[in-house]
Amino acid sequence: MSATRKRKPIATGSDWNFNLLERFDAELARLADEYRLDTYPNQIEVITTEQMMDAYASVGMPVGYHHWSFGKQFLAVEGAYKRGQMGLAYELVINSDPCIAYLMEENTLMMQVLVMAHACYGHNSFFKGNYLFRTWTDASSIVDYLVFARKYIAQCEERHGVQAVEQLLDACHALQNYGVDRYKRPSPISAEEEAKRQDEREAYLQTQVNMLWRTIPEPLTGESSLPGSLHNANDDDPLGLHSGGLYPSEPQENLLYFIEKNAPLLAPWQREIVRIVRKLAQYFYPQRQTQVMNEGWACFWHYTLMNRLYDDGNVDEGLMLEFLQSHAAVINQPAFDSPHFSGINPYALGFAIFMDIKRICENPTDEDREWFPDVAGTPWRETVEFAMRNFKDESFIQQFLSPKVMRDHKLFLVVDDDQLEALEVAAIHNEQGYRQVREALATQYALSVREPNIQVVEAAIRGDRSLTLHHVQDNRRPLGRSVYPVIRHLQQLWGFPVHLVSMEEGQVTRRFHWPVEDDNHAS
Amino acid sequence: MTYFIDRRPNAKHKSAVNRQRFLERYRKHIKRSVEEAVNRRSITDMERGEKISIPAKDISEPVFQHGPGGARNIVSPGNKEFVAGDKIRRPSGQGGGSGAGEGGASNQGEGVDEFAFTLSREEFLEFVFDGLELPHLQRKPLKSLEEVKMVRAGLSKDGVPSRISITRSMREAYARRIAMRAPIKRALKEAHEALEAEERKDPVLRNPARIAELKTEIERLEKRIAGVPFIDTYDLRYHQLSAQPQPSNQAVMFCVMDVSGSMTQNHKDIAKRFFLLLYLFLEKHYEKVELVFVRHHTAAREVSEEEFFYSRETGGTIVSSALNLVNKIIEKRYPVGQWNLYVAQASDGDNWDDDSNICRDLLIKQLMPQLQYYAYVEITPHDHQSLWHEYASVVKEFPERFAMRQIIEAGDIYPVFRELFKRRLSQS
Repeated sequence: MSATRKRKPIATGSDWNFNLLERFDAELARLADEYRLDTYPNQIEVITTEQMMDAYASVGMPVGYHHWSFGKQFLAVEGAYKRGQMGLAYELVINSDPCIAYLMEENTLMMQVLVMAHACYGHNSFFKGNYLFRTWTDASSIVDYLVFARKYIAQCEERHGVQAVEQLLDACHALQNYGVDRYKRPSPISAEEEAKRQDEREAYLQTQVNMLWRTIPEPLTGESSLPGSLHNANDDDPLGLHSGGLYPSEPQENLLYFIEKNAPLLAPWQREIVRIVRKLAQYFYPQRQTQVMNEGWACFWHYTLMNRLYDDGNVDEGLMLEFLQSHAAVINQPAFDSPHFSGINPYALGFAIFMDIKRICENPTDEDREWFPDVAGTPWRETVEFAMRNFKDESFIQQFLSPKVMRDHKLFLVVDDDQLEALEVAAIHNEQGYRQVREALATQYALSVREPNIQVVEAAIRGDRSLTLHHVQDNRRPLGRSVYPVIRHLQQLWGFPVHLVSMEEGQVTRRFHWPVEDDNHAS
Repeated sequence: MTYFIDRRPNAKHKSAVNRQRFLERYRKHIKRSVEEAVNRRSITDMERGEKISIPAKDISEPVFQHGPGGARNIVSPGNKEFVAGDKIRRPSGQGGGSGAGEGGASNQGEGVDEFAFTLSREEFLEFVFDGLELPHLQRKPLKSLEEVKMVRAGLSKDGVPSRISITRSMREAYARRIAMRAPIKRALKEAHEALEAEERKDPVLRNPARIAELKTEIERLEKRIAGVPFIDTYDLRYHQLSAQPQPSNQAVMFCVMDVSGSMTQNHKDIAKRFFLLLYLFLEKHYEKVELVFVRHHTAAREVSEEEFFYSRETGGTIVSSALNLVNKIIEKRYPVGQWNLYVAQASDGDNWDDDSNICRDLLIKQLMPQLQYYAYVEITPHDHQSLWHEYASVVKEFPERFAMRQIIEAGDIYPVFRELFKRRLSQS
């Protein structure tokens, strides 16, 4: 039908200019509007290769504080790019309002249009719609907050020396994956408020910490460590907040928060930096949990929008062919035994699932009706919107991975148990295996499985001030070798000895201490 | 709503600070690699960056992660022949096995052993010359300078037509015209007023003679106004140039080498590296560096670089022949006022017995006063001979500008070079 219509492409060839970009954007905006995609305003920045590498190196923060690790990142990116191991910047987009997306000047016209469709309408609407982003991030204030963070850290460097700040940041970075309360709704970051209340907070925080530590009796000297003597300390603690029982009263999973509020020896500026790293970790937290969905959603929309551009006669065959080639490369999934295999490609998996939801809505088979009675036959636009808004990777896969996608990708489940001689194929893409494969794949994306579960269980506020953490181990998976450098960093922040105990089903499997202790001291 | 912003003109090198921080943090590692590279590299090869590897464990940013072991479930794509219940032999080696497609950040810690990156040429040389200072870097003092540069220095009334400043000349002319016409115009105005007053009078009272007189006066004045020249020789202004002495920013480096039979190719390679380091060093500090190669056995000759390093000669050794030639070349082509002069000499220490003291005199009396620096390296594992001892007395005369060291093998060059050119803090 559309093929018969006279094609009047907006442009031909591969050269672009701002005028063309604006016209394509207007066209994409019109289509996005037609599909009711809800987006932040777009801020599209055209940049050079080097600037793109900069952006990569600073994990996509448009304004970053200075730290050697970003320099290392830059060198790694630059090296890979120069050796041709890595194509740069299919897209880089920042969860902010307006939503900042980068276009590289070397890109062809097709690439620019594709990136606009993918980032400025796909990712953008995901940032605005998905519940994790809505809960955990405040897109309108992130850039201001980053500016605040950069200024504050620069000031600290001036006042306290680059090295002191660097060491502190090293330690915070080691723990930044543990800077989030998973089960508590956070307060969004607001730069204005941060700057305004910062002094206040410094003073307040310090008094809080002082209160906490004031109840400590003199270092243990015989009798005073007896339980009875604790009650005598009640003058300092009339409410009994700190007498008896453990502190904290419940295990704390947000290690950075616990450090910020409770570490006895940190200076106020150090607490503020801990807080900055924690707030940024919170900002990136949703991204770590929605890789498959986010990329899948963006691919789904660039595919849909590009096809519409073609159907409406706004692009020619040449551009479309170039697009299809590029699209195919992005959603390519090498098999497990291919030399190019490097895990499951989130673009491929996410795209396949979203496309399949649409298919199930429009042309359901009997199998689909059985597996997805609520989805089959519904209007696809509402259904994919629902899926995008209310899930994260783990639950999204659990809910929407269909037998067809498992068959198409030929997914199979292997159990790797170091107590067994061989690996065992537990389930494959067949009637008996679908549920097990899907369950396992969903779990594979759960943060709680990907990262060791570690919590603060006790700060010995009446004892030697040591900090004890528990690692809840499952399936006998031990901590990696990096545990010692990390608890060393933790000890630097805490200021007193740190103990980490690995537990599985109530049994202690291993203890780690920093500073390293003699074994006979272990209690 | 979409805004387009062109960021391309914006600040480049946004990561420069972070990159510097990184290089600073791993200074020790990088320096070690750079020093190895200097010793290893072929001679023509200094003009590029260097790949640096740092053990990944020294550079990792640790986070809590799972180690190998325990039981885990792995879902992978691309099943071909497996069915449920199949047993697969554990892939040997590489912890986790090729099937471990964890889609995430686990067990990467063990996989990569080296973090490799490339220093740019500038950064590489920066590390090579780290802590080194060019001897007597101060530009040649102004008083002895002969090199001048013509710079504009205001305007003058004399000059050649090609340097006329048209705007200034026209402005002068305009001013002169105003000045010259003003009194005439005033007189003319008065005459007009008088004439008018006369003509307004009652015809009976008019004085025809007075009117005629005023009319001729007006005519005369108008002629005078017309006669003021539009432009005059006085108006002309010329751009003036004045000669300003220029600090010399060019250097010439004499490479002097003994090619007598006792110098083997190995000796020459060592010497070459030394010359090369000096050359790179000079090149960093001067806009222009010229090289002059002088080789000698019993007689000295100026040769091309190729010939200098690779052609073979035999015969005895007379060092003074080379020094004489250098002196002649300086006189002829490199006047002291315009060039910073450096001499680097390499030899195995052999010299004709009676020649060494001639060399000493030649150096002290003629060469050293003109030179910025003289570096002598003796490539020999043996005891020093007369040349070394004579040179030692030159060092006494010019401790700041004459340096000598002994080199035994290639690896010594760099340390010796560093020692020769290290920042002179403790000296003097």
